Amino acid sequence: MGFLLVLALAGSACRQDMHDQPRYKPLAGSAFFEDGRASRPLVEGTIPRGYVKTDGHLYTGKVNGRLAETFPFPITRPVLERGRERYDIFCAPCHGRDGYGEGIIVQRGFRRPPSFHTERLRQAPVGHFFDVITNGFGTMYGYASRIRPEDRWAIVAYVRALQLSQNATLSDVPPAERRRLIGGGE
Amino acid sequence: MAQIFHRSTNLIARVSILGAVFIIAAVTWALAALNRSPYVTQVGVAREQPVPFSHKHHVKQLGIDCRYCHTSVEEGRFAGIPPTETCMTCHSQIHATSPMLEPVRESWRTNRPIPWTRVYDLPDFVYFDHSIHVKKGVACVTCHGPVDEMPLVWKASTLHMEWCLECHRQPERYIRPREYVFRTDWAPREDQRELGRRLVREYKIDRPERLTDCSVCHR
Ligand code: HEC
Ligand code: HEC
Ligand code: HEC
Ligand code: HEC
Ligand code: HEC
Ligand code: HEC
Repeated sequence: MGFLLVLALAGSACRQDMHDQPRYKPLAGSAFFEDGRASRPLVEGTIPRGYVKTDGHLYTGKVNGRLAETFPFPITRPVLERGRERYDIFCAPCHGRDGYGEGIIVQRGFRRPPSFHTERLRQAPVGHFFDVITNGFGTMYGYASRIRPEDRWAIVAYVRALQLSQNATLSDVPPAERRRLIGGGE
Repeated sequence: MAQIFHRSTNLIARVSILGAVFIIAAVTWALAALNRSPYVTQVGVAREQPVPFSHKHHVKQLGIDCRYCHTSVEEGRFAGIPPTETCMTCHSQIHATSPMLEPVRESWRTNRPIPWTRVYDLPDFVYFDHSIHVKKGVACVTCHGPVDEMPLVWKASTLHMEWCLECHRQPERYIRPREYVFRTDWAPREDQRELGRRLVREYKIDRPERLTDCSVCHR
């Protein structure tokens, strides 16, 4: 009996070598490097193959050094929907889902961001929004490491849509939809 | 020579041969039970973390989406643990002097990562990918349990092979529409089996025979 137990325990105890192989998983610690990380920070100036940022409009939101007035790619319905999803994940906690700047984090004491529905921000070029998301603005941190450039533009497009939604008149609604809006009352 | 053993020992010998079968079975059963017990699998055991980060607080009460912090979960194999910068996005102002958050601020000052303790850790010979599961409608809560109820994360599943296979054999029992994968409060409005079968077709999920092929997870 004792022998069986020892055998069984030995059988189940000596199996860790394949479980923890001598390689690093993402974000693992390392005793070798001084800062304790196995994932090495990139040497400054490194550009992965295929990631050359030649398209200044797409990556910086600027055209010839000035904030862009246009989007670098056509804005379609899927882009707007993607923008809404990303906005709700990354911006709504502070700016609120409607963009008035009353998000839950603000209610808990974060500095109140300006509403998107002010004349100044309505007139601001789209490049300004892109720049704010990329590099941050005052107390707001940048999101360059968390949101890809294409998604940042999608968010900007959605913010534009939000602004329109809060400042629309009946004449902005296509005639076919207008009746539904008035008649249904919903 | 005189007999060493009394005649009655014959009976004992016979019984013990039979008994050995039971003893071996009992030991096997005990070990299998031990292997599935929380003591070994750590299921339900909350892990100490360098900062008492609470999903209950951030997800349930503040309503922050999983992807705000676990940014690569939709595209990558690895869900990603947020860098200190993510915490500082809010905690540069909120509870900016809380002693509980000192390790976060220290990490931000010294540029050294916070050493989080892993909760879910597959053996290195198993291949796992988050993105495929997220895209095919397997929710975070299906595998990780009610994370939004956890002040400290605990393991909600054993990560045993039998656990993975249980679902790969019959995904229709577990999957949901893609857009609700990140929701913690979703429940099917119709029969799960019917919904599951429809989604399996819609998302073109493979046959169980292929999904239980050894090379899917051991590659
Ligand atoms: C952690 C809270 C927080 C989050 C999340 C956040 N912001 Fe902000 N944002 C702020 C604050 C606070 C300000 C005001 C900053 C200041 O004036 O110092 C601000 C300002 C802005 C401005 C105004 C710039 C101006 O010209 O006045 C824009 C545009 C903006 N944010 C867009 C976004 C977008 C888009 C996102 C999502 C990707 C986002 N923010 C996410 C807190 C946040
Ligand atoms: C505010 C940021 C934040 C949000 C939002 C968030 N998490 Fe986390 N999550 C973390 C941090 C930090 C850790 C590492 C510390 C820990 O394990 O508690 C973590 C750890 C985890 C782990 C354990 C990982 C491991 O093996 O160590 C799981 C599982 C997890 N999160 C799932 C989720 C799910 C599901 C959601 C959405 C419902 C979510 N998280 C939302 C920050 C966040
Ligand atoms: C989107 C904003 C946001 C992010 C990102 C965030 N937190 Fe928080 N956190 C909060 C808010 C708001 C509170 C306080 C809520 C309250 O007081 O009810 C809080 C509370 C806490 C507390 C309790 C502090 C105390 O003294 O009671 C800890 C610990 C904490 N967060 C850790 C973290 C860590 C670690 C991260 C990074 C993984 C993180 N948080 C990311 C918004 C955030
Ligand atoms: C099919 C089951 C399954 C689903 C669905 C799932 N996870 Fe995981 N998760 C795992 C397993 C298994 C691991 C351990 C991976 C390892 O050890 O390599 C893990 C690990 C993690 C980790 C630790 C870091 C890492 O990637 O190893 C985090 C954070 C996490 N999951 C968050 C999430 C979030 C957020 C979701 C929902 C979008 C999610 N998971 C959906 C099974 C799942
Ligand atoms: C709750 C259900 C569920 C659980 C639990 C689960 N999976 Fe999956 N898994 C799926 C579904 C659904 C797919 C998508 C299959 C498809 O697209 O044909 C999948 C696909 C995969 C794939 C990619 C298959 C391919 O096509 O090459 C891998 C690898 C995988 N799972 C590994 C694992 C591992 C390892 C575990 C256990 C740690 C696990 N899964 C647990 C449901 C699950
Ligand atoms: C859906 C994913 C999946 C598939 C398919 C799968 N395995 Fe596994 N396997 C796992 C996981 C996860 C573990 C780790 C279990 C643990 O940690 O206890 C494992 C562990 C094992 C082990 C045990 C190693 C040890 O040290 O305990 C063996 C042997 C094994 N698998 C063989 C197979 C064979 C043979 C097949 C094909 C019939 C197969 N597996 C198919 C996920 C899978």
